[in-house]
Amino acid sequence: MADGDTQVPELSFPLDIPCLKRGAMEGTKPFVAAPEHQAKLGYPGTLVPDWKERALAKMKELAEKNRAFQVYLDICVKCGACTDKCHYFLGTGDPKNMPVARQDLLRSVYRRYFTFAGKNFPWLVGARDLTEDVLHEWYSYYHQCSECRRCSVFCPYGIDTAEITMAAREILDSIGYGQKYSNEIIGKVHEIGNNLGLRPKALAATLEGLEEDIEDDTGVTVRLPLDEKGADILLITPSADFFAEPHIDGLIGYAKVFHEAGVSWTLSSYASEAANFGLFIGSYENMREVSLRIRKAAQDLGVKRIIFGECGHAWRVAYSFLNTLAGPFDFLDQNYPIPQHMLEFTWDEIQKGTLRLDPSRNDHIRLTYHDSCNVARASGMGDYPGGQFEIPRNVIKAVCNNYFDMDPDTIRESTLCCGGGGGLLTDDLMDLRVKGAAPRMKALQQVTDEHGVTHMAAICAICKTQFSKVMPKYGYEMDSILSIHQLVSNAIILTGQDTGGDAKDDDTEDAA
Amino acid sequence: MLGIVFALLFYAATAILVIGVAAKIRTYARVPAPLKIPTTPAPKTGFGVVLRMAREVIFFESLFKSNKWIWVFAWMFHMALWLVLIRHLRYFTQPVWWWVQLAQPFGTYAAFAMIAGLAGLWARRVLVERIRYISNPSDHLMLALLVGIGASGAATRFVAHTDIVAVKTYMLGLMRLSVGDLPADPILLVHLFLVAVLMIVFPISKLLHAPGVFFSPSRNQIDNPREKRHLAPWAAKLEG
Ligand code: SF4
Ligand code: SF4
Repeated sequence: MADGDTQVPELSFPLDIPCLKRGAMEGTKPFVAAPEHQAKLGYPGTLVPDWKERALAKMKELAEKNRAFQVYLDICVKCGACTDKCHYFLGTGDPKNMPVARQDLLRSVYRRYFTFAGKNFPWLVGARDLTEDVLHEWYSYYHQCSECRRCSVFCPYGIDTAEITMAAREILDSIGYGQKYSNEIIGKVHEIGNNLGLRPKALAATLEGLEEDIEDDTGVTVRLPLDEKGADILLITPSADFFAEPHIDGLIGYAKVFHEAGVSWTLSSYASEAANFGLFIGSYENMREVSLRIRKAAQDLGVKRIIFGECGHAWRVAYSFLNTLAGPFDFLDQNYPIPQHMLEFTWDEIQKGTLRLDPSRNDHIRLTYHDSCNVARASGMGDYPGGQFEIPRNVIKAVCNNYFDMDPDTIRESTLCCGGGGGLLTDDLMDLRVKGAAPRMKALQQVTDEHGVTHMAAICAICKTQFSKVMPKYGYEMDSILSIHQLVSNAIILTGQDTGGDAKDDDTEDAA
Repeated sequence: MLGIVFALLFYAATAILVIGVAAKIRTYARVPAPLKIPTTPAPKTGFGVVLRMAREVIFFESLFKSNKWIWVFAWMFHMALWLVLIRHLRYFTQPVWWWVQLAQPFGTYAAFAMIAGLAGLWARRVLVERIRYISNPSDHLMLALLVGIGASGAATRFVAHTDIVAVKTYMLGLMRLSVGDLPADPILLVHLFLVAVLMIVFPISKLLHAPGVFFSPSRNQIDNPREKRHLAPWAAKLEG
């Protein structure tokens, strides 16, 4: 089954617990950031000579600035409840990928320098000195955590390893030992406005091309406006939506929904990115700077509402942090959630009956849905707890007749990460990504066996990219991963669209 | 003489416990949580958060979702510990409160449930490879200490009966700062000594999970970031 050099883990069920394989992932680490990547984010270019003192000073600062950091490091009782909850542990068997063991890599140092027990009885409480080996170990294993929070759900105290990972990465950044992938991308956003480094002209051309595509397909003119002052809605979406399948089909879906809802909307070339990788490196300042672009775009364009496209961690930053980082948004229309998720908008429209939907247009698809971790466990939708699970499913069921959930232990709040989140979606970590995806892939294979599921939908740019890369290793086509708004786009019948001639008829015409 | 030694020990232990835990709580309360990070789905109201926290600390809800074996042992141990603690109030009150009276028959046997729970947790710590891997010597010692307290306590009642009336007189005396005589019963002395040790290590060990859980942002925050702006004092300064 395996291709490439990664051995695809064989699990007998999704949450199959492996035996410990010590050191299995020891050498794994992503490329280190180059000095110019570091500089753009305000970090030292290379490892500073006095790294030890500065790392400890940073640790002290974090303990004083972030309650989670201090409380979580203090109160873990080593009960072991989280040990089998991490997809990277399940996929690799490396004990340092067990959430508590991952925390311990940092906790052991924190104890040594900042607690009575660790200062006086290090051997008793597992405290250790901060050495260069420890530093490299941090770099390796704190880049084997996708900050998915699955462990936090199952810890009796809610200890969130993601918080420790973010803190560790922030410490590493502050001493000049950052990760290339995340830092390079954040630099691009600061400079150009999106992760891909897509300039306004290229963006405009892409959107024009999409308008033509839609017109060719449906005979209806659907606009994808850019930088239009005075529009009601500013759409902020991951830049992958401008660029790659299946993301782009999702963008077409948003445009069609807006069109049918009859609202005026626009994209912004200045804030052309929903993703905010500042989250991944635990940097409040960088996260804030990226978020402020959205505020500025909203003010410059004079919009009344902000809506976010499909992206997991972007939605976490939007839903949970945007108000904090870039608020208050008193200049927007207070009658709508600020910000709103595209699915909230679409579901409202479906309930209002403004959309004409024909779910049979998705009948060639037997679908399951992957709850993205940051949507499931770090944000919400709608006005009730758990809306983030129901609203996407409601929309799916309105546009698709064949829907099947995966094993209940692997969805909703217990959902498994795609394996590529948290700044790990880089080719230099492909081995880890394939292994980390194993539990999710097993759950998918189960519904394929039981219900003949052919496709999986997700609402996260990272999930979609990750799955289109790793699904082939597990025997699926790379286009088995879909955007929810791609399904909406398939099912929607635009006003004035020639309904007699469906896609099938188009084919016949082409053939004729 | 014995009475004085233990009096000093208990006064010191109480001071360390109270001051140490108070200092920790003060730090936890003062350090801000800069961002809204409740593990969702999370309650949308303050009352909802109170309920969530109550389910966590009374029923160990998350642990139940996580691992039924750990839950059984941990819950059994903690609930038995509560009964035992309540029962022990009778040695510090005169007259004994009615609800303490009520707990008396359960409290005495709860000692066994407590020890059984601890034994289960300890067995897992030794037998389950994953948990053995994450255990430090202090984790084993903590279990040893608790088992020691439970076993010696049960022994004062079920094995070698202690002159409990004398102990109560001594304790009531301590609370009025008058030091009396303590029966020179070795099992009792071991019991009291271990309890004092537990009180002393409380503020410097993982026992901090007891107050700490209430400060865990992933469990104690309200899920209302869109409705209400959350801003830490140090972050407000960035806005200048
Ligand atoms: S579940 Fe929580 S308390 Fe238990 S070992 Fe894991 S992090 Fe520590
Ligand atoms: S946050 Fe996710 S990836 Fe990180 S340790 Fe926890 S379960 Fe593993």
